Amino acid sequence: MTDLLAKARTADTETVTPQPGGPRNTEGTARVSKGTRRRLGPGRALPFGRLIGPALLVLAWWAASASGHLDPRILSSPGTVLATAGDLVATGRLQDNVLISLQRAGLGLFFGVTAGVILAVAAGLSRGGEYLLDGPLQIKRAIPSLAMLPLLILWLGIGEQMKVTVIALGVAVNMYINTYASLTGIDSRYVELAEGLDLNRATFIRKVVVPGSLPGFFVGLRLGVTSSWLGLIVVEQINATSGIGYMMFQAQQYAQSDVIIVGLVAYVIFGFASDAAVRAVERKALSWRRTLAG
Amino acid sequence: MATHTGGLTEARPAIRTSGLVRRFGDRDVLKNLDLTVPQGEFTALLGRSGSGKSTLLRAVARLDHTVEGSGELSVPDRVSLSFQDSRLLPWLRVLDNVVLGLRGPGARERGLTALAEVGLEGRDRSWPHELSGGEQQRAALARALVRDPELLLADEPFGALDALTRIRMHDLLRELYERHRPAVLLVTHDVDEAVELADRVLVLEDGLISVDLRIDLPSPRSRREPRFQEYRDTLLAALGVAQP
Repeated sequence: MTDLLAKARTADTETVTPQPGGPRNTEGTARVSKGTRRRLGPGRALPFGRLIGPALLVLAWWAASASGHLDPRILSSPGTVLATAGDLVATGRLQDNVLISLQRAGLGLFFGVTAGVILAVAAGLSRGGEYLLDGPLQIKRAIPSLAMLPLLILWLGIGEQMKVTVIALGVAVNMYINTYASLTGIDSRYVELAEGLDLNRATFIRKVVVPGSLPGFFVGLRLGVTSSWLGLIVVEQINATSGIGYMMFQAQQYAQSDVIIVGLVAYVIFGFASDAAVRAVERKALSWRRTLAG
Repeated sequence: MATHTGGLTEARPAIRTSGLVRRFGDRDVLKNLDLTVPQGEFTALLGRSGSGKSTLLRAVARLDHTVEGSGELSVPDRVSLSFQDSRLLPWLRVLDNVVLGLRGPGARERGLTALAEVGLEGRDRSWPHELSGGEQQRAALARALVRDPELLLADEPFGALDALTRIRMHDLLRELYERHRPAVLLVTHDVDEAVELADRVLVLEDGLISVDLRIDLPSPRSRREPRFQEYRDTLLAALGVAQP
């Protein structure tokens, strides 16, 4: 046996040894190609390369303002916007408005996420829940949440309650649709496994349902965060006396484009920061996943 | 649908079915099937595709909620299942997968012991996707064993493995069986696997057991032994595969 193996090994190395002087290519058109093949993909990425586009945009804005091509009544120069931002911070106006806006968006997000998840679990885990809840929620999904505004104002008035409710409604539908889809998409083989292991319902929810529907939960959360900012902008137009939206619409009355830009930048910062935060949590919570993105 | 009682006396068999019927639409997949598997016996179940192997296994596992049927079935309290896919939850680490559903103190220690037994010592913190196909199936075996089963039901557990890994898994399964002595019902389509591992081979045909063959070979079994070939030929003939 070992003898046979030893022989086989020797024979192996002999066959592997290339014969010197033997024909390398039967067609006789052997060509040494230089380097690697032609690249069809986009190539290597620069660090922070994505910042180049926005930076160029700001540069063009600054250049147009400085050279006098941009009328300050249309768009204030970057310098003016910075100075205005400084003034707004110094007087405390920006912080006050940002704080009240964040509170509205945060409360709406909290109630929306809670309601959406509870509804998704109820509809996903029981036939009764599915029959009672899924239909109305799919119909609600077809109604843009801002189209409910007239009715909500009629019911709740124009106070904070209405504002938070409008935001929460939009968030809840996003949370529900995505969490429910992910939850009902859990592989039935895992359910069978749980049955085979005699898991009780609580353990089944904790170990199978919740982790299995987390991917959809996070998709819903990212959409929900975006929709909460959208809802915020709209509700702050309606008889509001505070908030970033109110500050911007006031500025519109007095043609203060610098204040409007400050408000927009605030929205950009909130949008990016909240999305990055959700993505960071998602990466941590879904670290078990092996995806294309790595 | 099925009566289920725990193992009260030593003499009670691990599986006893009588008049077991399972029906899909108009088709009776199991027709009044009677089967008794004594405690600690390694039984393999062969059959062509569609013969009802998996239906029988799922019935014995009491996983066929939606299937129409009748008959009596009695199985022990502690039954473990293993599937063709390892079915590890991708969001739980290997050890958490192994001890899933295990209650009481010392669960983790028992899980670690089971992992060591299947040769996965030190992999308890790995994610399932970090294991090879064979290692995943080993982890699944550890999950089945850690519950100290009186009956192990296995549905083609080696079907998706490559030939080399399968040979190792056969040795491992037999070794674990010798040590823990659960009754085993192994569903397979591989005649060699059945003769090599089991003490008794059943052939299921048209919803009934058509062959009940006791394999009387010394351990460890060699496929080159003439009687191995005899058993193999008998079973292949029963399965309707002509031998040259």
